[in-house]
Amino acid sequence: MKAIKYILTGILFGIIMTKSEAVSWYRIQEMFRFQSIFMYGILSTAVISGIILVAVIKRFHLKDTDGQPIQFPVKDKRWKKYLIGGSIFGMGWAFTGACPGPIFVLLGQGYTIMLMVIAGALAGTMLYGVLRNRLPQ
Amino acid sequence: MIKFLSQSWAWYVSGPAIALILAILLFSGKTFGFSANLSNICSMMGLGKQIDYFKFDWKKQQWNLLFLAGSVIGGYIAAHYLQSNQPLSLSVATIEDLKKMNIPFDGNMEPGSIFNWSYLLTWRGLLLFLGGGFLIGFGTRYAGGCTSGHAITGLSTLQLPSLIAVIGFFIGGLFATFILFPVIFK
Repeated sequence: MKAIKYILTGILFGIIMTKSEAVSWYRIQEMFRFQSIFMYGILSTAVISGIILVAVIKRFHLKDTDGQPIQFPVKDKRWKKYLIGGSIFGMGWAFTGACPGPIFVLLGQGYTIMLMVIAGALAGTMLYGVLRNRLPQ
Repeated sequence: MIKFLSQSWAWYVSGPAIALILAILLFSGKTFGFSANLSNICSMMGLGKQIDYFKFDWKKQQWNLLFLAGSVIGGYIAAHYLQSNQPLSLSVATIEDLKKMNIPFDGNMEPGSIFNWSYLLTWRGLLLFLGGGFLIGFGTRYAGGCTSGHAITGLSTLQLPSLIAVIGFFIGGLFATFILFPVIFK
């Protein structure tokens, strides 16, 4: 039963990402060229909603559906990896017009060329796995 | 309902809708981080035997892989049944800029002139899609997250590391757009 829940949530995510147009190569170019409020509007209203959501969960000590306290992932405090890794990802985001979620949403939309992006992403992931201990963190 | 969903969504509808995904996952006792799936797939392929980074029990992350499978289905449903048939309302300035790079605006979600298999066989196509994918995989794993993990979840929980990551996303994106693209699309 739980499996169905995550598939359905994924379906909802795929629909939202498509309808939001955040999966559009054109929209990502428009964003990086600062030529419309569109993507910034999506990101900021998502984050503002998220901040309110997290504040409400913390304030009322809300539990998840299993009755466990809700935990938030804590990012460790080193900064180099965020700046360098983030910049590398940012270039890929501009090249393909897609971040990891949209790559798979676009594949579902019928853009089979995304299979090449996925192949590249898995290769990049593997190389990171190999080099991880030699990179500045 | 279908008609209602099919119209073009305003950004102030889409943003909170994305936060709804975060809410569903948090209340399920999970987190929202899509790029973790790239590691999950590598672990599933058995790479943990050779590379320590992938030595973890991917079955515990099965929910995220199911979420990924759902996102593919969601893309299919939205593209086939929830299309507005309106051209994308891209800004005129962007249309002009892209025209100078020989990428015509065709009103679709993705530029048909580059999102096709014959373009992939050019050096530009390989660089954009295979190279771009590589940068996404390497970069998101190095930064420990992508747009969902850092820009949405990390900023919603007010974490400085995620803000640094998002600044990185823009440094890379601006560098590609303003320094690399003029060379690539000359």
